[in-house]
Amino acid sequence: MENYDLLNAIILLANFVIVPALSYGSQLALAALGITLVYAVLRFSNFAHGDLMAFGTMIAILITWLFQSWGLTAGVLPTALIALPFAMALTAGFCLLTDRVIYKFYREQKSQPVVFMIVSVGVMFIMNAIVRFIIGPKDRTFFDGEKFIIKAVEFKSYTGLPEGLSIKSTQVLTIVIALITMMMLFYFLQKTKMGKSMRAYSNNEDLALLSGINPDRVVMITWIIVGMLATIAGVLYGLDKSFKPFTYFQLLLPMFAAAIVGGIGNPLGAVAGGYIIAFSEVMLTYAYKKFFMYLLPTNLEPSGLMQFLSTDYKFAISFIILVIVLIIRPTGIFRGKTL
Amino acid sequence: MIQKYRTHLAFSFMALLLIIVGIGQSWSVSIGIFNLCIISAIMAMGVNLQWGYAGLFNAGVMGFTALGGLVAVLISHQPIYEAWSVGGTGILISLLIVIVASFFIFYVSKNIKSIFKKRFFIVFIILLAAIGLSKFYGPSIDLIEDINPAKTGFLGGLGMPIVFSWIAAAFAAALLAWIIGKVTLGLRSDYLAIATLGISEIVIAVLKHEDWLSRGVKNVTGLPRPVPYEIRLQESEWFIDIIEWLNSSRLSAIETVSGKQDLLNKLVIEGSSIYVKLCYAGLFISVLVILFFLSQLALNSPWGRMLRAIRDNEVAASAMGKNIVGQHLQVFILGSAIIGIAGAMLTTLDGQFTPGTYQPLRFTFIIWVMVIVGGSGNNLGSIFGGFFIWFMWIEAEPISIAFISLVTSGMDYGDPIRTHLIASAPHMRLFIMGAILLITLRFMPRGVIPEKVVRPS
Repeated sequence: MENYDLLNAIILLANFVIVPALSYGSQLALAALGITLVYAVLRFSNFAHGDLMAFGTMIAILITWLFQSWGLTAGVLPTALIALPFAMALTAGFCLLTDRVIYKFYREQKSQPVVFMIVSVGVMFIMNAIVRFIIGPKDRTFFDGEKFIIKAVEFKSYTGLPEGLSIKSTQVLTIVIALITMMMLFYFLQKTKMGKSMRAYSNNEDLALLSGINPDRVVMITWIIVGMLATIAGVLYGLDKSFKPFTYFQLLLPMFAAAIVGGIGNPLGAVAGGYIIAFSEVMLTYAYKKFFMYLLPTNLEPSGLMQFLSTDYKFAISFIILVIVLIIRPTGIFRGKTL
Repeated sequence: MIQKYRTHLAFSFMALLLIIVGIGQSWSVSIGIFNLCIISAIMAMGVNLQWGYAGLFNAGVMGFTALGGLVAVLISHQPIYEAWSVGGTGILISLLIVIVASFFIFYVSKNIKSIFKKRFFIVFIILLAAIGLSKFYGPSIDLIEDINPAKTGFLGGLGMPIVFSWIAAAFAAALLAWIIGKVTLGLRSDYLAIATLGISEIVIAVLKHEDWLSRGVKNVTGLPRPVPYEIRLQESEWFIDIIEWLNSSRLSAIETVSGKQDLLNKLVIEGSSIYVKLCYAGLFISVLVILFFLSQLALNSPWGRMLRAIRDNEVAASAMGKNIVGQHLQVFILGSAIIGIAGAMLTTLDGQFTPGTYQPLRFTFIIWVMVIVGGSGNNLGSIFGGFFIWFMWIEAEPISIAFISLVTSGMDYGDPIRTHLIASAPHMRLFIMGAILLITLRFMPRGVIPEKVVRPS
């Protein structure tokens, strides 16, 4: 077995660090994209985004339950995937409603961004209340279908290695769906007329108006995209872990950190930021003891857990990365502010 | 007319609400709400100093509140000598390492010009400090947490009267604010909001998981009080005499001796709880009054005018030679210190410190609703906001339960939808808060008691 130590160490790392961080990073990236789009087009930091995700996920869960009661399932895939498009549409509609009832007034008043931010705190309260009122504050799992793509036991018997690799189907689903969503979003922003007008509006509002871009339409499309992105991110997170309104609220910090680290207002930055935050969080809180036991000779084996930070402090990681980036490069990695 | 007497009307309305609760529910409940209203009002004044005077968005109120609570524990709890003897030195050495390392990092960042060298040295110092900490910190916290973990398992405090902690909390919160402010105040306003939100989460995480310091989620209970205990009052002669004298007409109406004694006992128990709450109220009111006068003085001083000038036009104020970042730092520290005081007062009132109960909606964003609804930039407005919003936060639950029971009264008693709705009624308080905030922002953007703009003629 000696010769396979390196292989074992890599599998261990893949199992506990790379795959979980990739899927968590995809979820964060989608969420941060929503924040960054609101920032680029509507020019404020949306504190209600975490609760918007919770709202979208709640709708998806309710529709999933409805389908399950009809006996409609997606076979090996989770039923929530069939519910997802409906939930996306409803959440986008909810976003448009919020905009019409609440944000539009302040846009017409040309209020300061910070006023918008406080308004979004009010929206956050209301969304939070709606979600807790309808589905309750408790933890819920709504996953069904095949749980694993590769089981640790099967992997072990197949390869004969002592270290098993297990890949959950939700992790693969997350990564695939996130990639497709991001590709569609970037195609939309770069190639279509509507996407180009969104970028123009975000870059310079007055010039965009002069070239005949309808601002109401841009805002409307933005909210629709934001609602859909939030729902996808929320459902994927909920499938992968579980759905709890308070957890979604707490995601606000890593989400904002991802958006700011990448350069707020820049979609590419949001994606990069999502993966940076996720990888740092997982890598810094993983205990490397076993990893080094494979790599180092027996007499050099580490005595402690070889963990940089306890998992209790995972908030601190996104915060510290945020602060470091803000000090070294305040505009974020990709210069932010416009689409 | 209404404009002129707005303040009077607002506070009379508030008094009326509290009196209604006093008569309708009980005076004990009413005074209990009143005490928490005062603490909320102080927190709101702290946020108002930052937001109303200087336009800084602090989304980390919860962190400063919790820090104040920790200081209350550290000042008032009896020291655990056994824990100090096994792990005290290790903790002190770790503290020393952190201080020395921060000093060196500060020195390097000030004095070395080359950016590459600077970063290299900073990383080197941090690594060195981390190695040192792993030698001392880990082992000593294990030792401390092993000492009688069911009862103590932490270092304890200084064993001083808890009222001192109110002052100490101000300094602790000010120190934390200085560190955050140094890092984030030069940046855009939204970044300050996110950074403070992050800091507050970190403070809570530390309090929850560093058991040697705060006992973590095991909570610290039974903190000493600055006011008498109910049980002592119920036994003391003078208190029983006072209650007897106050209720002499009710007592004399009863014929039998045993009946008289029963009523008196009931009245003494009720009276002792009210008396304790009134003592707290007295202490809190004096803090509120002192802070209010200091804030008013600051607002009307040249310093206050300068802050408002910076808030309203940073570029112009900067052109006049005002140091914007420096002034923002000052006001951020002062506001946070006030929030820290309120946090210590809250723990004093509860008599216990429970890190698990700190939640951002309850301790950060509600305070923001208070400031906005009351009227940002006006201290009386913040006080009113603190009173009104706290009152609504407490009374929203009975109101929404009553409302939902009324709406669903047509349904069957065992209807699952009705059961679900009634069980979910407490969450309506969040809805009410959001609605109050949005309605105020829409129709009364300057709040119930708006800022007074004084223009020299």
